[in-house]
Amino acid sequence: MRKPFNDEKQRSSILSIALWACAAYFALPLVWLFISSTKDTGDLFATFGLWFGSTFHLFQNIGDVLSYQDGIFVRWTVNTAFYAGVSAVGAALVATAAGYAFAKYQFPGSRAVISVILGAIMIPSTALAIPTYLLFSSAQLTNTPLAIILPSLVSPFGVFLMMVYASSAVPKELIESGRIDGAGEFQIFWRVALRLLGPGIVTVFLFALVHTWNNYLLPLIMFSDGRLYPITVGLALWQSQGASGGYSEDLFSVVITGSFISVLPLIIAFLYLQRYWQTGLATGGLKG
Amino acid sequence: MSQGVALRRKNVTRRKQNIAAYLFITPFVILFVAMLLVPLFYSGYLSLFKTQLVGGTVFDGLGNYIRAATDPLFLASIGRVALILLIQVPIMLGLALFFALAIDSGRVHGSKFVRLIIFVPYAVPGVVGALMWGYLYGRDFGPISQAFHAVGLPVPDLLSSDLILGSVMNISTWQFAGYNMIILYSALRAIPTEMYDAAQVDGAGQFRIAWSIKIPTIRPALVLTLIFSIIGSFQLFTEPSLLYSIAPSAIGQAFSPNLYAYNQAFVNQVTNYAAAIAFLLGFVIMIVSYVVQLPLLRKEKVQ
Repeated sequence: MRKPFNDEKQRSSILSIALWACAAYFALPLVWLFISSTKDTGDLFATFGLWFGSTFHLFQNIGDVLSYQDGIFVRWTVNTAFYAGVSAVGAALVATAAGYAFAKYQFPGSRAVISVILGAIMIPSTALAIPTYLLFSSAQLTNTPLAIILPSLVSPFGVFLMMVYASSAVPKELIESGRIDGAGEFQIFWRVALRLLGPGIVTVFLFALVHTWNNYLLPLIMFSDGRLYPITVGLALWQSQGASGGYSEDLFSVVITGSFISVLPLIIAFLYLQRYWQTGLATGGLKG
Repeated sequence: MSQGVALRRKNVTRRKQNIAAYLFITPFVILFVAMLLVPLFYSGYLSLFKTQLVGGTVFDGLGNYIRAATDPLFLASIGRVALILLIQVPIMLGLALFFALAIDSGRVHGSKFVRLIIFVPYAVPGVVGALMWGYLYGRDFGPISQAFHAVGLPVPDLLSSDLILGSVMNISTWQFAGYNMIILYSALRAIPTEMYDAAQVDGAGQFRIAWSIKIPTIRPALVLTLIFSIIGSFQLFTEPSLLYSIAPSAIGQAFSPNLYAYNQAFVNQVTNYAAAIAFLLGFVIMIVSYVVQLPLLRKEKVQ
């Protein structure tokens, strides 16, 4: 790895302006979302979208979202956090153990298994959603949390990433010296390897978290019981109810404020953990 | 004799290590088989049957595939994916590469902040992204139409059937350009400076260095982003599915192959045909991704 930035280089104002203009494009929808969450329905329709209205209505709107339909939004949020949290921890553990084994052991059949797993990176998860639904429905797993957690535990790309990461992050000598000290293979994994694999694990965890948190198709198919919905399916339901006109215009600000609340946790997680996932992603991109 | 003991001991530790390795991969392999391979083969199996009003489910060979190959709705949806691959993916990856190179050049004020802002949409759920842009495009209180109105220009209907594909492309670009930028930027950061110190001494400019040194060096990362983008384009579902409620006629039943498969399975209840579409889709993606990788693999062999 390299380089602290070379500070003598001059900054370019043309390049800076171009990039900041692009950044504005990426930021504006979220700015709009925030501003719109602070408006009451009247202002939402009557005032310019990218500036505040006459009143600051954010907290009333949040209250409306949380109490709408007997507070189902709170339930959806808890569901989402539960599905995503369990899936991400599980996916990270499973992928770490497998990636570590592929990187550090040469066992009969390892090459064949690796090539099957790498090939599976190309399989689109959405192509699997329909057959998975049919299988789960005959096993009576639909309308249970497992319907969304089980498929989310498998991340072939996570295994690939951990494999690449482990092969450079855990030196062979360290494993050997552990063996000489009489430690078993699992002890070495728990006590030595896991600590060194930190950034890789956080990366797989975070991307599995985002994948499940943001998943829409799978829960849409799997759940017919509204109390099991994650936020994504719930918001989509409200939006279509609002658009079909069956509800009053108030539903617009409920959907907008609900959307605003739902984007906060992941943005915070990414900002907070950025040092880890940037290192982790660098590994995947390098050898990809 | 002592050699024999040593050899046996070596075999024992070898076997112990193999067992440990198998145990490490067992959880993943079980899940992989149950959640990936079984559904995949099951969908391949289902796709060979059809359900009739009279006679129930009967074997139909490749009937569903022949039907898909001549189904105008399915072919149109594939056509839209092809347009996305030809237009949206190059724009998005071009932008991502430009951002990554600009930030890596160290010539941008506040580059750390810019990088985060561009990346943030990736953390926004696709549903919320589609919802937001749907409102932004809309004529009720969308700022785009407000702005056109304010300067007295005719307001474009971004949700009409003429413009909707572009509107969907814009959502995908907004959502994923930053993710690709981060992958490319990480690869750029890993290039040793010595590689272009010499070029700088020789008087090569920034553009020259970017074109002849940086871009060729990060080719593996570029291929990775390309493959992910191809997979993503074929999987398109959330955006058209969300926009359907505000623009039903522009989106229709088969905007993307995935939306079509979903509607076939859950609205029209033609499961076998839906399975064939899903299976075909997976197959097409694997072939396209493989073809994309070919030139790279060949190049590496030559070197």
